Order: sequence, then structure tokens, then C-alpha cells
Amino acid sequence: MSPPPKIKIRVRFRRDGKIRFISHRDTARLMERAIRKIGLPIAYSEGFSPRPRIAFGLALTVAYESDAEFLDIDLVTPVDCEGLPERLTDALPDGLTVDAAVPLENGSESLQQAIVSCSWLVEVLGSHRAPAEPADDVTTDTAGALGANVDEDIAALVVAVEEAVAAVLAAPELPLERERKGKVTVADVRPAILDLEVTGPTEHGVQLNAVLATETVTLRPAELVRVLGDEFREGRVRRTHQWTRVDGIEQEPVNPSSANRSAELAGMRDS
Amino acid sequence: MRRMTSVWPRLEPHLARVQKPARYIGCEEGAKAKTPDDSLVSWLFMYPDAYEIGLPNQGLQILYEIVNERSDARADRSYAPWSDLEAIMREEQIPLFSVEHHTPGAEFDAIGFNLSAELTYTNLLNCVDLAGIPIRTADRSIDDPLVMAGGHCTYNPEPLADFLDVVVLGDGEEVVGELTDVLVDWRAHRDESGRTRTDLLRAIARVEGCYVPSLYEPTYADGHFTGLQPLFADAPEIIEKRTIADLGEWPYPKEQLSPLTEVVHDRLNVEVFRGCTRGCRFCQAGMITRPVRERPADQVRHMVAKGLERTGYDEVSLTSLSTADFSGIEPTVKGIMSDAADAGCGPISVSLPSLRVDAFGVDIAAQINGAKRTGLTFAPEAGTWRMRQIINKLIREEDLYEAVDAAFSQGWQRVKLYFLIGLPSETDEDTLGIAELSKNCVAIGRKYTKRASVTASVGGFVPKPFTPFQWFGQNTVEELQRKVNLLRDATRRMHGVNLKWHDPKATLAEGIASRGDRRVGAVIEDVWRNGGTFQEWSENFEVDRWHEAMDRAGLTIEDMVYRHRGEADVLPWEHLSAGLHKDFLWDDWQDALAEVGLPDCRWTPCYDCGACTGYGIEHVVASATPPAGGSQGTGQDLSIGHAVPVQLLERR
Repeated sequence: MSPPPKIKIRVRFRRDGKIRFISHRDTARLMERAIRKIGLPIAYSEGFSPRPRIAFGLALTVAYESDAEFLDIDLVTPVDCEGLPERLTDALPDGLTVDAAVPLENGSESLQQAIVSCSWLVEVLGSHRAPAEPADDVTTDTAGALGANVDEDIAALVVAVEEAVAAVLAAPELPLERERKGKVTVADVRPAILDLEVTGPTEHGVQLNAVLATETVTLRPAELVRVLGDEFREGRVRRTHQWTRVDGIEQEPVNPSSANRSAELAGMRDS
Repeated sequence: MRRMTSVWPRLEPHLARVQKPARYIGCEEGAKAKTPDDSLVSWLFMYPDAYEIGLPNQGLQILYEIVNERSDARADRSYAPWSDLEAIMREEQIPLFSVEHHTPGAEFDAIGFNLSAELTYTNLLNCVDLAGIPIRTADRSIDDPLVMAGGHCTYNPEPLADFLDVVVLGDGEEVVGELTDVLVDWRAHRDESGRTRTDLLRAIARVEGCYVPSLYEPTYADGHFTGLQPLFADAPEIIEKRTIADLGEWPYPKEQLSPLTEVVHDRLNVEVFRGCTRGCRFCQAGMITRPVRERPADQVRHMVAKGLERTGYDEVSLTSLSTADFSGIEPTVKGIMSDAADAGCGPISVSLPSLRVDAFGVDIAAQINGAKRTGLTFAPEAGTWRMRQIINKLIREEDLYEAVDAAFSQGWQRVKLYFLIGLPSETDEDTLGIAELSKNCVAIGRKYTKRASVTASVGGFVPKPFTPFQWFGQNTVEELQRKVNLLRDATRRMHGVNLKWHDPKATLAEGIASRGDRRVGAVIEDVWRNGGTFQEWSENFEVDRWHEAMDRAGLTIEDMVYRHRGEADVLPWEHLSAGLHKDFLWDDWQDALAEVGLPDCRWTPCYDCGACTGYGIEHVVASATPPAGGSQGTGQDLSIGHAVPVQLLERR
């Protein structure tokens, strides 16, 4: 007996706020529960312990937010994607929001294979400790003085980060030491930095816009901060895009507002 | 007045560098986001262990819902922060907080701990301390929250008597409301001149089921505990437990919390009955929760269907102390399966914890065989019939083999068997019977699959208050270890038998807390002060801390743990009552030593243990017919005593 044709949909979702502290596995479990709640006719794996057939793109690190997460769902019968984002969002906890759902053509590459790079907003903090919350009894005067200090510190940090970014972009190679399973390796990660710019100060630090490769030579946001220098720490991080390359043109797996594949072309990255 | 502030802005920057930060963010589906409002009586319900252990606790979830349904009160939850976050909290002076609103613990009117395990006692002290509340009741002021505890361990609360303002015995559904009433009244009058914390405590002592340890003073003679004296006339001499008469009136939790992150028992849980009268003599839960109160089957089905739809879970556990004893368990499971199919839920599985082998047949095995089959667990508890008679777990070897055969024949490949070692009058033959039973079960499984395996999980027996074994001297660490070694050697060459055992040293620490008197409080505090938190986690447990603390408190393990108690001994929990007559327990202890079993009074005449007669309540069961023939499937003569008081549920 030949297996029935596969019916797939691809979903795009965001992760914002407190819920950014859950893990990739947690996200998968919450998606499975939401899919069951709204009664999507999901396909299950064969075998002794059938599992719902869903597949994610690249895992999102605990504590990172994202505008661009993707999920492929295998179905046993076709569904109308109209209204599906809203239904899924209602079935998910606050902070997980589904922006789009589209049917997927047979033979589409898996998300894991298709993604070539990601865009990130990375907050860089100075190495000093985070400023303590002002105590209740601090007078307006001293609070003002503290505020002025913080502003000065951040202005200095902007300069330092801008210098570090310029140095990284100018470097012919950037050796990075990594430890994995007790083995230390060194790799030149300069080719993984596809784009990098300072976008301005945040409340506690400086924000970068970075495009980092996820194939061949890869670099994670935390590693990028290390490459910039020991005096920096990673603050808030948000993934803004995941990119695929189709016929040499980079585009997103699903455009945030697309309900069908033609609209998706509008999501091409203008670079 | 208290304020309702939030530590979130100070906590958040640190969460990215702790393990599993999702433990601290709340946001569970089903959480009650009742806005902090200083005009409401506020409860913080707390499980003194890690989030993933504490969140599923059904008792706390029930109280949490009941309080939040009131217009004059609200409740948040909290769990013990893991050691990595604790270090940050102490360094940054961030107090213990609730997960819903990150409100500091000291800003609540009352903190209610669930005590389910002795090894969490040091965590309780740690949590109180992290909240910035003095750990000793004597040092607390009128502005500090009340520190309370409920749960099975409170049937001997004496080791925590110096730290707990209030101890609540028995079912919490009704008493939590009565306590809230007292707190509402107290808030209206607390600022009147001359009011003291003791006034509040004395008011609470008048609520049935509430024990206020500071209103009693212990006496000792010749180094032994001799009794407690009430300090006030209104402090009752005996504190009786609370019992709800009908579980059907309390369909809680109505909205079980479904967490964002993985926890133990990560599934829908629906309690199908409370109480158990099988009469296993080692089992404290079965003794203190009598009588049996079944939930009506249609309510069970409704709660399951609603719960699956609301949470999206694909597994439901029907919880109780012995779920296969639920009247009409098979039609109920069938009904759950067909409800789920009608609702288009996709495949679901029903799990039945605490299965008794004599009530488990192919029919049930086939029914619960749904979405996933991870493993089945049975609890024969002892390796020989002689030993099972002594503990009154009257299941025959054939019963076990039939149940195991049913499981393997329906596709299971792994079966887990629970056993106790260190039981009264246990011989090496009894101990080795565990290996023998396990081997025979593997052989049965091999008829169906080559991959059949049996895990024999062995725990050291800790005698518990309000059981017939409360007089028994616990086995020494050395003796338990010797028995573990016997089993390890015996099972080494048995293919398909995996032996797992609980560390006998941890069993010793449980024994210290299980039957200790008030002097053990100093031991708990000492262990905590020397870094002994998360003692349930083997990587954090060091028995030396407990030995040293006992030495410093001038107590001996020989006396507190290993000593056999006599009929004349005053036990540290005699001022409390679970309804059970002391002479019933003593007679049952003598019967145990004589290897005489006792039938299940749900289906046979009453032997007047006291649990029903004392409170004017009865068993609530839907069927007066036992599930497997005669009482406990043994065909013993049951023609003793009087007519059994069984209230039959009405068909709705």
C-alpha cells in the first residue's frame, strides 16, 4: 500500500515577553497542545508511541525573542488556512502569536535544510553589573544624578561598540575558540557575519542589527558578542528574520502577512 | 499595611543565566491573574521543592482555585527556587516571590505549604527565610504572614512545630474557606490597640482541623517525649482532621494548570476517589484519608472531556490511591475514550496510577492502551505471600502473573514493580522473593516479546504515624544496604530484570523526620543552615549533615529511628487524630505480627477503625460489589462485624 500524499502547512509565529524563557522543546509541546485544542487533523508518526508530525526551523535559544519562527505541520486532510493564525493564537499561551499559515507544496525543503541565515537584533551591555533599581527613599536629586551617569555610560558604550563593530568588519579573519563535548576547536567566523551595524542605544546598552549565517560557517548571537570583545555582555536578543535562498534570491519561508504563496514573494529581502 | 509590589524588574535581567528560567515566569494556562489588591486577603500557596515537582500538586491547585473564586480573597503560587537562582536572589537581595505577579512572599497574609515528603522540610525553612520572614514562629511579628502547612506529612508536624504557625489536618476544601474568614475578620480588627499575633493564632485554633503548635508545650522525661500541654483553655486537647463527605461536591481543579515547561505528571489529572480501605498496614495515605469517597462516574467523564478540550493534553490520569478499585472503572474508561473520539481529540491515553494487580485484567489493559504506552506499574510491595499477609497487601502471586500477562499480551514491553524492604519480621527469603517474582514476570513477558523487561524498584520502609506499623523500629542503614546487596547479587544474572533502589541513607533521614518529636526541629534547622536543601535530589543529599545535626541536638538515631515503640509509649502525634482508634491500630499491628490479614471494609462488615463512626460519615461508592470477587480476591471468610455502612451514589 502506498502512503497517502502528504499535506503540509507552514506556520509563522512570534515569541515575545516573559514566554521567551521557555525552551525549544517547550515550544514544541505548546504547539502540539494548541493543534489538538483546535482539532487540526494532524498526522501522527507510525509505531509504538505515535507522535504528532510537526517540524520546526532552527531552534531559538532560551531567553531570545523572535518575530520569525516557523513550523511545518503534516495533516491527514487539507484545511483552509483562512483564519487559522487567529485560531492557533487563541489556543496558545500569551506571547506566542501566529502571524501566517500557508499550504506547502509537495517536495518542499525542510525548514532545517532551507534556512541559510538569520537576522538578529542583539543588545550589547557593558561588562559592569546591571544598574540596581533605585531604592524607594532615593531623593529626586540623587535619582537625577544616577540617570545622568547611566546616560554617560551608555554614550561611552555606543562608541566602544561602534569601534568594535568596525574592527570586526575590517578583520580579514576572526578566529573563535569553541568548546563542544570537551573538545576545543578554532574556526574563522568572519565569513558568517553577513551584515552588522549599530542601530543605537537601548535603555541599558547598545543595539546591533546582525545577519549571521546558519550554514557552512555559522555564528550565534552570543558568540558574536564574544567576538566583539571581552568587555561586552549579551543583553536582550530578538530574531527578526530567517532567510532561505531560492534561485539566488533570499526570502523568508513565509511572509508575515501572506495567506498564499504568491504574496510571499513580497517578503524578499532587498539587499 | 502590606503592599503588593513586584520583584520582576529586578529578577528578569538574571533569568537568562539560570537553569530552566521558565520555572519562574508563571503564565500557565489556567493560572488566575487576579490583580494584586491590598484590600483582599492574600494567600501564597507554596510547594517546597522545584517547580517541575510542585506545579502538578493537585492539593495546592484545588486550594488555589477555591480561594480565587472568593470575592474577598486571592491566591498566588510559589515553588522553591533552584540553587542557582537562590544564590543570585541572596546576592541581589531579591526575596522569594509568587510566579503570577512576582509579589514578595512577605507581602501575603498567609503562606500555605504542601508537605508531601519529609525530605522537603529543609526547603520549607529555606523558602521562609528567602521570603525575609523569621524562620521561628516565636520571632515573628504581627506584620509577618502566617506560615501554614497541610498535606500528609502534617500528621506528625512536631519536627516543624517551631517553624509553623498553623498546621491543617485532612481535606483542605472546606477549611481553607474557614481560615480565610478568620483572616478577613482579623484584617478588620488587627489595628485595634492591644492586638497580638497570639490573638490571631488563638482564633485559628478554634477552627476545626487547625493545630497551632505554639499554643502547646511539650514535656519530656528520661530523654523521652511524654506529651503536650495546651497553654490556653481554648486550645483543644485533640485536634481532629477534616474530611469532606462527598467528593462530588468539589469538582476541583476545574481548570488544571497546564504549564509552559515540562513538569512531572505532565498530563490531565482527574481524582476519581479519595480514601482507601484496602488496609495496607505500611500505607499512611490509606489510613489517614478514610473513608472511601468516589466521584460520580459521569462527573469524572465530564471533567476529563472538559479538561482534554481545554488543555490539549493527549493523556489523562485517573488518580486515587488504587484506581482499579473505582466502581465501574471499565465502563468509565470506555466512556472517556468514546467521548474523546466524539470530540475529535485525536488519540488519547488513559493512565491508571496505583494499579492493584488483583483488579487489573485484559479488559482494562486493552482500554487504556491508547496514544502512548510508556510503561505500566504495579505495586506488589513484598516478595512473598507471608510478607504480604503481614503488610495486608493480600494479592496472590497468581494475581500478579495474570495482571502482568494481561499487560504484555496487550503490547506493553516494560513493566515496573514497586517493592518495600525493611518490613516487620522480614527474612532474607522474603527479600529474595522480590527477585524471584521479577524473574517470573520477565518469563511471562518473553512469551509475547523478546524485549520484555521488568524494573524492580525497591525502597526502604519508613514507619509512618497513624499506621499499624507506627510502633515498628526502622531497619538500620546497614541492614537495608545488605538487603539491597542481596537483591543486586540475585538479579545480576537475571536477563530482563533491572533493579533500582532508593538510597538507604535517604531513608534514614526520612525516618528522623517521620516519627521525630519537637526536638527534631533543631536537626532540620541545623541541616538547612549547613546547606542541606533539596534533600529529595540525590546529588544534594549528604547523610553526614543529618548525623552531625543529630549529634549537635543531643539526639540519637538509635532512639529516634531504630527503636521499637511499645504500647505504653506516648507517640509525638497523639494530640492529633485521623479518626483512627489507637487500639484499632495496635490490634492491627498485633495481627500483622501474627500474619493475619484484614478484609476491605468497603465491601465487608465494619471493624470500627474509627474513621467513619467518629465523624458520622460513610463510604461513598457506586457499587457495593468488590471488583475481583471476594474481598481482595482471597476468598477469605468475611462474616465478622456489623453491616457495612455504604452510601450508594444515585444514578444521575
